Amino acid sequence: MMSAIANPISQPPVPWTLPYRGKVAMACLIIAESAIFTIFVVAYLFYLGKSLAGPTPREVLETPIFFTICLLSSSLTIHFAAKSLHGGKRGAFLALWFATIVLGGLFLFGTGHEWHRLIYQHGLTISTNLFGTTYYSLVGLHAFHVTVGLLMLAIVLLFALAGRVGAEHSARVEVLSMYWHFVDAVWVVVFTVVYVLGR
Amino acid sequence: MSSDALTIQTAKAVDRPWLETVHEWVITVDHKRLGILYILFALLFLVIGGLEATIMRIQLMRPHLNFVSPQVFNRMFTMHGTTMIFFVAMPILFGFANYFVPIMVGARDMAFPRLNAFSFWLTAFGGFLLYFSFLGGFGLYGAGNAPDVGWWAYAPLTARAFSPGHSSDYWTISLLVSGLGSIGTAINIIATILCLRCPGMKLSRMPLFAWMNMVMSGMVLIAITPLSAAQIMLLVDRYLGGHFFDTQAGGSATIWMHFFWIFGHPEVYILIIPCFAFVSEIVPVFSRKPIFGYPVMVGATVCIAFVSMSVWAHHMFTIGMNSYGNSFFALTTMVVGVPTGIKIFNWLGTMWGGKIIFKTPMLFCIAFLFQFLIAGLTGVMLGVAPFNWQLSGSYFVVAHFHYVIVGGILFAVFAAFYYWYPKITGRMLNESLGKLHFWLFLIGFHLTFDIMHIPGILGMPRRIYTYEPGRGWDIWNLLCTIGTFLQGIAVLIFVANLIISYFKGPKAGNDPWDAWTLEWLVSSPPPDYNFATIPTVASRRPLWDRKHPEDPDNLYE
Repeated sequence: MMSAIANPISQPPVPWTLPYRGKVAMACLIIAESAIFTIFVVAYLFYLGKSLAGPTPREVLETPIFFTICLLSSSLTIHFAAKSLHGGKRGAFLALWFATIVLGGLFLFGTGHEWHRLIYQHGLTISTNLFGTTYYSLVGLHAFHVTVGLLMLAIVLLFALAGRVGAEHSARVEVLSMYWHFVDAVWVVVFTVVYVLGR
Repeated sequence: MSSDALTIQTAKAVDRPWLETVHEWVITVDHKRLGILYILFALLFLVIGGLEATIMRIQLMRPHLNFVSPQVFNRMFTMHGTTMIFFVAMPILFGFANYFVPIMVGARDMAFPRLNAFSFWLTAFGGFLLYFSFLGGFGLYGAGNAPDVGWWAYAPLTARAFSPGHSSDYWTISLLVSGLGSIGTAINIIATILCLRCPGMKLSRMPLFAWMNMVMSGMVLIAITPLSAAQIMLLVDRYLGGHFFDTQAGGSATIWMHFFWIFGHPEVYILIIPCFAFVSEIVPVFSRKPIFGYPVMVGATVCIAFVSMSVWAHHMFTIGMNSYGNSFFALTTMVVGVPTGIKIFNWLGTMWGGKIIFKTPMLFCIAFLFQFLIAGLTGVMLGVAPFNWQLSGSYFVVAHFHYVIVGGILFAVFAAFYYWYPKITGRMLNESLGKLHFWLFLIGFHLTFDIMHIPGILGMPRRIYTYEPGRGWDIWNLLCTIGTFLQGIAVLIFVANLIISYFKGPKAGNDPWDAWTLEWLVSSPPPDYNFATIPTVASRRPLWDRKHPEDPDNLYE
């Protein structure tokens, strides 16, 4: 016993496992991003009903239920995609991954469609009133994150189609999946604030 | 394997074109080189920010002086504040964290070396962008050059109507960019500490340096991002015609203050916690005792991080909050004093009964202890809302926060320089020049900032470019300016010491201070890969265990 203490280097290697750095880093990024979104959500709530002129949320907003279902279900598809990759089922991975991109793309289309309607039918732009400023920046910030997520998902899809994504990459894919879950979770908050509480 | 086997002497070829060396430094992803780049970048901006301070002090030396115009004065205090916080204090602390966190936890590099390089260059780009405003800030309107809205840039000063041209945009974008760099480095530090510790380096055995830098990084994630969000909103206002801070359209100037100070107050702790880390490493080594109350130190740091997130509105007592708001923020401000006091007692407890060695690093640490205490006490005074109503926006506040930033942060940073310079360069800093630097800077600091409280109490507002004679402010302002010059000379001595000792200083060897953390195990400067064999640790003081195998620390932990 004493000799082991006296010469710590010669000790047999103890089992030593540490968390995966990708996951830790993504968790940190999510914390940082949450703080940014919190500020935008606070601004939205603070300025509710403070616009000096119309249109107001009650007059022009329509609840995007279909596109919300699309985005939230993409969380499921990416989860099972990552799981299939881990289990080595590459075909299932590809199909589910592609489905995730389609669902995310549909959501983005929904946002674009809504913005088009608001701008051309109701004349609501980012400079119209406080509602416009806070609405477009909050929803736009989220849409920006969806876009970034879709780009990264597309890159993985391209690599996967080229046959370069295998079970050994599942840890990295998991990291991307964490980000995508975060984007979905933020939408739950944005949806609640903008379309439920804010009207 | 003995510890000598881990010491690998680096013999490098010297005959290479200088351009190749520059190229190597530009493309480097090595945490040590990036750490040095961070520190050099910060030192450059320290001199620039110091010159701006000197210009302001010359202007205020006598009443009715015309050294600079009011417009230039506004630019000087804006650039001085922004530079010192974002491009001196943060990069210098990130530099030390970058250099020493991986070595102290027994890793070969940061968790994400390329992200590390990217973060540094973002910060550097932000700094140069800010100063490019002197040339490029004219914009399309021919109005303004450098930002002149104050470092907190209150609305509506930043509105298009009051800040035409692009000067405010340089401020906004440079802080946004360097903020992204800070977030990248913070993520990197946390991932390094959690994922790359060497075998045996449990969280409970980690050097306090690593612990405190991890807490600081966690604060960066939560506190810098609100500033980034507010900058995005400001850009939306200025470029897309948004109304976030536009009171004409129902927007609120107050909410900018809240967003700014939700960042601004934790920022102070982001800067001071790494300084606590320096002091927690240096005081034990120069007292020849292990740190007193290690778990309490960690707990107090985490506690400060939590509480400091809920004190921001004590910067805003004069905007007219209701009594609940005032009471809440006054109370939380007082509460921060408790864990901070615990730390001060722990450092005193470490020194108590120790064999204190009064080398330059220790002198700076001792001065830090006293000055930080006084800064904390004036902080408690300003935290009392009714007292704050009297002195908010006066030179008393300026004196208070310079006591924190110069008397606390800068003194600790100087201590860190004297302590770790031998490790980074392989040469000792000159001790006589160091002592001269210390005493001159100490006298200059107290002359400027002790005295600065007095014109504040006499009612001198901050940010005025001149004042009437006969208000009783004249002599105090003159003394403050004299102190500034003493500090300037001391900093020049320090820079000269850095340069002279690099070429002429005595060789340091691996472990000049007989210290206990892992960075002193490797050669000075450390080899590119840090450790030939990843070490295994069994206690909080791995080098003590190696030097005293008959009485290792792990018997007592």
